[in-house]
Amino acid sequence: MDKKLIKSSACEIAKAIKNRETTSSEVYSFFQKRITKLNPSLNIFIDIYKNSSSLGGLSALAGVPIGIKDNISIKGKKITCASSILASHKAVYDATVIEKIKSSGLSLMGTTNMDEFAFGSSTENSCYGPAKNPWDKTRVVGGSSGGSAAAVAARLVPFALGSDTGGSIRQPASFCGVVGLKPTYGRVSRYGLVAFGSSLDQIGPITTNIEDCAHLLNVISGFDSSDSTSAKLEPGDFTESLGKDIANLKIGIPKEYFDQGLDPEVKKKLDQAIDFFKKKKVKFKEISLPHTQYAVPTYYIISSSEASSNLQRFDGIRYGKRVEADNLLKTYQKSRHQGLGNEAKRRIFLGTYSLSSGYYDAYYLKALKVRKLIKNDFDQAFQELDAIITPTSPSPAFKIGQKTEDPLSMYLSDIYTISSNLAGVPAISLPCGFTKNNLPLGMQLITKEFDEATLMKLGSAFQQGTDFHKKIPELGNV
Amino acid sequence: MIDQKVVEYIAKLAKVEINEQEKDFLSSQLSKIISYIDKLKEVDTKKVKPMRGLYTGKELMRKDQVKISSAREDILKNAPDFLDDYFKIPKVIK
Repeated sequence: MDKKLIKSSACEIAKAIKNRETTSSEVYSFFQKRITKLNPSLNIFIDIYKNSSSLGGLSALAGVPIGIKDNISIKGKKITCASSILASHKAVYDATVIEKIKSSGLSLMGTTNMDEFAFGSSTENSCYGPAKNPWDKTRVVGGSSGGSAAAVAARLVPFALGSDTGGSIRQPASFCGVVGLKPTYGRVSRYGLVAFGSSLDQIGPITTNIEDCAHLLNVISGFDSSDSTSAKLEPGDFTESLGKDIANLKIGIPKEYFDQGLDPEVKKKLDQAIDFFKKKKVKFKEISLPHTQYAVPTYYIISSSEASSNLQRFDGIRYGKRVEADNLLKTYQKSRHQGLGNEAKRRIFLGTYSLSSGYYDAYYLKALKVRKLIKNDFDQAFQELDAIITPTSPSPAFKIGQKTEDPLSMYLSDIYTISSNLAGVPAISLPCGFTKNNLPLGMQLITKEFDEATLMKLGSAFQQGTDFHKKIPELGNV
Repeated sequence: MIDQKVVEYIAKLAKVEINEQEKDFLSSQLSKIISYIDKLKEVDTKKVKPMRGLYTGKELMRKDQVKISSAREDILKNAPDFLDDYFKIPKVIK
């Protein structure tokens, strides 16, 4: 059974439990043992739970364990955001997605490593140290949901939740060879997610295949009155789109995403994926998204401004680490100085600068205007297209330490994922091949808002004809 | 250009203490980031309305009612210092 469990998707495990071939507690202890053996060398989990708090439900995924990024609240459990300022903090309520996961009968396996407060693209900005890529332990897992993506890749859990503000689900999914979906802004409640950039953040599934992705999205999505930006939509069933015909769908290839800076191996795999879809009678068209080059600067202004405001709450007064000083102001200053890491400070400083008197119009207001132009690019493209295809990241996973000294080069590794957060549209990263050195690569598909169904259609067609998503990294005898 | 004076000013606004070494690297790194961001200046936005969120005008409203969200004792367990039902803070008035 153990060997079978590693190769099984979440849906297959749920089926095996239903058919009494195994039990949820057997499954739980199998993954727990695997985490205990592999985590010391991979540094993927922050907190490993002793037992599942599953209430037993009847959903299609009942009994399957799940990993949770350490910025999503689970009542009574530690939530650190990989920041030393929150090292001993415990959540006092369940995030809406956690309530839904519990009532669907899934088992919580523990929390996963991440960049501090989700600031980063490599999971190196963690107070617990970097997570290691299961395909090559000298390389990063991507970020900021790097722990969740690597956990799924190493089969430490069948699936996991991440959060995505500028690519934080999709880029690590690409680096680790798994499926990562950023849903439409408003599709999944943000209640209980520690806020980074509130107009950009979305929680989403990280899975080994598209079927699990659709099922997990069914569990976590839906209107929530506790999140005022939650979309009031009838609950849909995303699994209905799996296996549907994709002939005559129209996909755009934005030329700005395929110019210099793109690794030739990534480009080759993308071309092969495009050929695959062409054989399925999908129509392609070269398009232009003219404001693409402004996405990264726009994103860093908006996300850092929102972050600097959201992180004001970490002041050592009501929760988190306090550094005692002789007056209140010094207590704030010292607590924030010692409790926050370098990248968090950079973002807070950049955001504070952009919002400060005298610079507000030139930076923050300007970025809001350019954001509108980026959104218009997408709106216009989707008038005649069903989807857009791009690489997920310009390169495969880079070496640990390679980009830590140069924040700007790190920011540019999210160049292809950032625009969909600014525009609010859904986007998915799917495994589309491996480099000569056996590192996974990802392609990204983007659709118009609330059209995750088309992503499911395209993703399932691709995975029916390819086996990149079935490859598992070699981690020795466990 | 974000020189050390500007960094000191931002640190004051953000209420973060910084040492000399941090002043140094924040000034050089932020200058580099800002000069990259200055690329935005070339975009003509004279006729563009700023995008202030994704659901303009359709934000949900709810009744302003008091509801119990979390238990007071659970919240206080996370506090660095408290007395009875209050957070305890260092002296504010001299």
